[in-house]
Amino acid sequence: MGTIQRLGQWAIGTSERLGRGYLFLMAILAGIPGSLFRFSLVIQQIYSVGVLSVLLILISGLFVGMVLGLQGYNTLVDFGAEESLGVMVSLSLVRELGPVVSALLFAGRAGSALTAEIGLMKSTEQLSGMEMMAVDPIRRVITPRFLAGFISLPFLAAIFSAVGILGGYLVGYGLLGVDDGAFWTQMQTKTDWYDDILNGVIKSIVFGFVVTWIALFEGHDAIPTSEGVGRATTRTVVHSAFAILGLDFVLTALMFGDV
Amino acid sequence: MPLIEIRDLHFYRGDRAIFKGVDLDIYRGKVTAIMGPSGTGKTTLLKLIGGQLVPDQGTIKVDGQDVHRLPHAQLYELRKRMGMLFQSGALLTDISVFDNVAFPLREHTNLPESMIQDLVSMKLQAVGLRNAKELMPAELSGGMARRVALARAVALDPMMIMYDEPFTGQDPISMGTLVNLIKRINQSMGLTSIVVSHDLEETMAIADEIYLLSGGKVIERGTPDTLQDSSSEWVKQFVEGLPDGPVPFHFPGMSFEDDLLNRKAVK
Repeated sequence: MGTIQRLGQWAIGTSERLGRGYLFLMAILAGIPGSLFRFSLVIQQIYSVGVLSVLLILISGLFVGMVLGLQGYNTLVDFGAEESLGVMVSLSLVRELGPVVSALLFAGRAGSALTAEIGLMKSTEQLSGMEMMAVDPIRRVITPRFLAGFISLPFLAAIFSAVGILGGYLVGYGLLGVDDGAFWTQMQTKTDWYDDILNGVIKSIVFGFVVTWIALFEGHDAIPTSEGVGRATTRTVVHSAFAILGLDFVLTALMFGDV
Repeated sequence: MPLIEIRDLHFYRGDRAIFKGVDLDIYRGKVTAIMGPSGTGKTTLLKLIGGQLVPDQGTIKVDGQDVHRLPHAQLYELRKRMGMLFQSGALLTDISVFDNVAFPLREHTNLPESMIQDLVSMKLQAVGLRNAKELMPAELSGGMARRVALARAVALDPMMIMYDEPFTGQDPISMGTLVNLIKRINQSMGLTSIVVSHDLEETMAIADEIYLLSGGKVIERGTPDTLQDSSSEWVKQFVEGLPDGPVPFHFPGMSFEDDLLNRKAVK
């Protein structure tokens, strides 16, 4: 009976949280028109969540691209197809690794920071204080951060993919001696704007939406204690990772399932 | 007619009743204190008045408007005329003292920056912190933070201001400064003040009227003098700070004797 009760409590608690998360999202979306009129607030947040994540994305993208170059070459060379290294690196990055890894890094760096910031604002009564000053914290604090995350991630994913391709090229051409022209030409001819690049961008837009929503909701819903904020930050990273990987499968199946 | 009228207020947290039929009037131009032991729901009462919490039963009218029946936009309009000083100060930690006080002015008015500078300087001058305007909230002491929060709360010249435990954790100098400020600002700006506190001496020094809350009800109401002379056991315990009385020292439950005997029986 105890186990069944606990299971029931867990199910009710989870449904309740999902409902709160949905209502929270609706409140954010309702605040978007207002935020567009005060875009300076969004720009400040783009700097905080996006620009400050660029270094992490650059370094990670470079190494991921270099590893792809090494691993890809070792496989392709067995089939005498090492000149297709450029295609392999670019498709892997643009379709999958760019959106997915940059979203995971974004959740770890910017998502956790957003949760901690909002959670601490709640625990120090800053959000309540705003409400009592007749300033809606959802519109003033949450929505600009949501837009910033949503806008930043596709750019970060694009930077990740571009630097990754450069990393693959440096290893392929500089270290392993793959033909320079073949690397770029094959990549250009086999990477499609719509099927590959646009689909990758769509993925990163979806991930940006979901990760920023999770991060802001967890902060806003955190128990206003140091332990509560700590737990909320952990949940942001864990739930974001599950959401990114799960949605990646769904989106990949929809976009490339019939290829 | 009172500025705030509370009638038959009931509020529950889960199964626990915080208020069980509270009636309360707060008159214009007065300093009204809400007092009572910790955990009696004094801060909750302020959040109910500000519309941040919704009562389970009863009404709260501020300036004739039923706070909990107002649409979102009208509630926010009403809040522009209500100031609140939080126990923690609730200053925005990523902006300076100046920007904190300017925050409501920038959000709600289209005043030119030069006028905002002048208004903020006036408000900070009133709380004695004009020269601290460049400091960040982390650089302020607890008392200074509350004074900045007070300057911010009166930035829009509200009709009333609610103080949540303004004296808690203050040194004697800060305490004296805050006591004077609350009284002086109430008089000079023609405000109505509600002070939630359990600091007896300081609150009695500035309050025109005091409500004592306990067990979810108003136990006593009166001026500081009438409460000093009250014959109620509960009021005597609170005013004289007696450890035991109607509010028991021991948390309710099994008696100590039963506890000892039961333990022996188990052995």
